[in-house]
Parts: sequence; C-alpha cells; structure tokens
Amino acid sequence: MSKLLARYSPLLLLAVLWQLAWYFEMVSSTALPSLVDVASAWVDLLRSGELLRNAAASLYRGGAGFLLAVVVGGALGMIMAWWRPLNLMLSPLVEIFYPLPKTALIPVTVIWLGFGDASKILLIFLGCMLPVTIGAFNGSRSTEQVMVWSARSMGASRLRILRDVVLPSAMPELLNGIRTALALAFILLVTSELVVAREGLGNLIGYLGSNGSYEAMYSVVLTVAFLGFAADRIYQYFMRWILAWRDATTG
Amino acid sequence: MTEENAQIVVHGVSQVYRPPAGREVLALSDVSLEVQGREFIALLGPSGCGKSTLLYLIGGFLPTQQGSIRVDGKPVSGPGPDRGIVFQDFALFPWKTVRANVLYGLERMDLSRHERERRAQSFIDMVGLGGFEDSYPSQLSGGMKQRAAIARTLAIDPTILLMDEPFGALDSQTRRLMQSELLSIWQRTPKTVIFVTHDVQEAVFLAGRVAVMSARPGCIKAIVETQFDKADPHLLKSPDFVNKVDEIWNLVRDEAIVAQTARHP
Repeated sequence: MSKLLARYSPLLLLAVLWQLAWYFEMVSSTALPSLVDVASAWVDLLRSGELLRNAAASLYRGGAGFLLAVVVGGALGMIMAWWRPLNLMLSPLVEIFYPLPKTALIPVTVIWLGFGDASKILLIFLGCMLPVTIGAFNGSRSTEQVMVWSARSMGASRLRILRDVVLPSAMPELLNGIRTALALAFILLVTSELVVAREGLGNLIGYLGSNGSYEAMYSVVLTVAFLGFAADRIYQYFMRWILAWRDATTG
Repeated sequence: MTEENAQIVVHGVSQVYRPPAGREVLALSDVSLEVQGREFIALLGPSGCGKSTLLYLIGGFLPTQQGSIRVDGKPVSGPGPDRGIVFQDFALFPWKTVRANVLYGLERMDLSRHERERRAQSFIDMVGLGGFEDSYPSQLSGGMKQRAAIARTLAIDPTILLMDEPFGALDSQTRRLMQSELLSIWQRTPKTVIFVTHDVQEAVFLAGRVAVMSARPGCIKAIVETQFDKADPHLLKSPDFVNKVDEIWNLVRDEAIVAQTARHP
C-alpha cells in the first residue's frame, strides 16, 4: 500500500498544486476550478445517472470497435504472414493508411453510417485494426522455421500449426500491438464523440464545456483519464499472465 | 539388391539454394547415399557443405529438386512421424512446459490420455529430466533443453532419428556427456540415426559410418567405416581411434587429398 502511495505521489503533488493554484488565484477559476468543486460535480453527475448512461454508451462503442479490431486485425496479420499473395495485396494499403490520422476519417464514417453508434464503431475499428495487424504480422513472421518443422514432423496439420506454433510465437508482438490499439480506441472514441454525437463521455465533455459547467467538464475529463489508465493497467496484468512462460526464470 | 535392403536411399540428389538476395548456390551436387535400418551414420563436413540440406530433404521439409529420396521404399513427399528431428537450437515450444512439449507429438497418436502421460513421463525420465516436468524451456540449461527436445522426438517413436548438429550449441563437457547418453539411448532403443556434425571426433565416436562431405558444391567425398567398442572408457585415447580421427580429419581438411581418394558410393 505504501509502495503504491509512493509510486503515485507525483499525482498527489499535482492535485495539491492544482488546489493551491486555484486558492491563490494564480489562474482564472474558469480555466482551473477548485478540485473540491470538481469532485462534488462528479458526485452530482454520478447521482443523476448521466455519467453512467454516457459511460455505458462509450463503453459499448469503444468495446465493440476495439474487439472487432483485435479479432479481424489479428487474423488478417497472421494470414498475411502465412500467405504471400494476401501480403502483396494488402501491405501497400497498410503502409498508406498507417500514418493517416484516423480522426480525419470521422466525417467519412459519419457520411457512411450516420451520427449513431455504427460510425464510431467503424472509426475505432479502422483505427485500432492497423497496429493489431502489424503486430500479428511481424509476430507471425518471427516464428522460427525449426519450430514449424518440429510440429510438422510430429504430425501437426497446417491449421494446427497456425494455432499451436504461429499464434503463440506471434503473441508478444501481437499483444503489444493490441496495447497500442487500446490507447488509440480511447483517443478515437472521445474525439469522435466530441465532434459528432448525441451521447457518450466525449459528448458530455463538449456539452458541459459549452454550457460553462467547467467543474463538471473537468470531472468527466478526469474520469476518462482514469478509465484509460485503468484499462491499460488491467491489460498489462492480462499480458503478463499470457506471457508468463517468457518471464519464467530459474529458481 | 542393396537398394532394396537399405532403409533410406538417396539417389542422384542435386539441390540449388536460392537466397532471398544474391546468387544461387549449388548446395548439393549428385549426392547418393544408402542408409541401413538401425544404422548410426554421421554426415560430416565444413559448414556450407549442404549436410543440413541433405538432412532436411530426407526429413521432407524441403522439396527435392532433382534426384530421388526413398524411405522404406516410398518416395519422401513431406515430413512424417516416422522421421523425428532434433535441431541444434532445440526448437522446443517456449510457451509449453517440458511435459507439454513431450506430450505435443503424442496428442495426435491413438492413445488414451493416461497412456500418453505415462509415455511422456517415461521419456522424460529416460533423458534424466525427472523433476523438471513443469519447467519452461527458459528455465533450463542448454543441455537440459536438448534432453527435452530429444525426449519429445523419441516419444513419438520414429524409426529414423534425424539430428542436425544437436550438440553444437553446448559447452564441451555437456557435449561429451550428451554424446555418451545418446549412444546408450540408441543402444536401448535401436533406431536409424543420421547425425549431422562438423566435429570429426564426435562423428567417429558416435557413428558406425561417417559420410565425409565437401563444400560447394556439396557432395559425398568418402564414406569411412568407424566401428569401435563404444563402451571402452579409454576409446578416445586408443591409437586406432586417434588414427581414424586423423584419417577423417585429413579428408575434411585437404581438398587435394580428398580429390584423389574420393570414393563415390
């Protein structure tokens, strides 16, 4: 517990500085409201149900887009590594779309699918897919030939080898790609909701900001920050659990 | 009629290696070789002589470009559980424990779960890894990893054991120990062994015949009988053994002498 406290003490320090800056009126209180007021605004949002309703909408969009990206991107990357024609066909597309800021696609997905959930899910799916695909592709390519040969000499079919040898070999890079995708999902989610949406945490931030409810706006911003942090932490535990074989050491 | 008696018949095999970049190399040129059932033969030669390529062709991992390879009378068309392989870098699945690695090949055999487990355990014990069943490869030393790999390959009971410089990555003490153990395993469970190495002493010590290969293009320059009493603890110092090592060493080293004394099979 004390270790945890020590680790996150810089955050605590930042909170104290924030509160001091407000107290001594070093910045205008609209730019930086009291942290105590932000906390009470958060409690109000929670009680009214507004926070949960919007969070649920965001979670649905983000979760659906992210999971789709993991499944489709992972499979695509593995097959690209396995089957050359698909690689030749798709790798130029991947190279062109990778550096494109996916937020530029917000208007495009809205034109295609409208203002609802579908356009956000598509945007997050498109944005998150590439890092997963690239991770799965590079990871699969790192599969050692001798392991594949060993499995074949032990009677494994090609499909089994994909599952039993290529997928585990790709796992470290694949999981890193998914971690990047997780962070991207939050960025794309909040941005797209800020730009065009009727609900969601990003929409709530924009709505509260334009209404001048800065305390409440800050409380949602901090909520999003915390959710992003928590998701990454949980994901890291998951990653360590999956890759336990790699970290196993003597003694 | 020797062709029909031999278990493995390599006939007129040539193989071109095409690197991703650069010029094509003739890895093997018109190689012919016969290996009898339960024979222990070593393929000896400098690196780049195509000895591993020949092993991979027999294993069915690479398609034969020219010539033919028959195992038990049937042309090789791909890998199969009748030919187990052990690699220099072990090729263990690092995400599986020792037990799970050994069980992997057994999963596709028509055995009850209990029988699979029993069999895996007996091979783990055979290579002296009892107590390390639940260790991951990353927790094992090089010698232990190779023991695990050998157990995994032996567990599927191949009639032919292909070994690609299996002790090349081990330190010299461990290598000596593993050589003796391999011999004792081979004596207990007789299999045909094709053992690739560039270590002359290792080849003479382990094998009953040594096929000496020369580089670029790879071909078999000579086949030398190396029958010794492997149980003799002083074998490595005996004059006969030392002379045989010398004889083969000269074949490997000196291309001029090789050219004159080459005996194509």
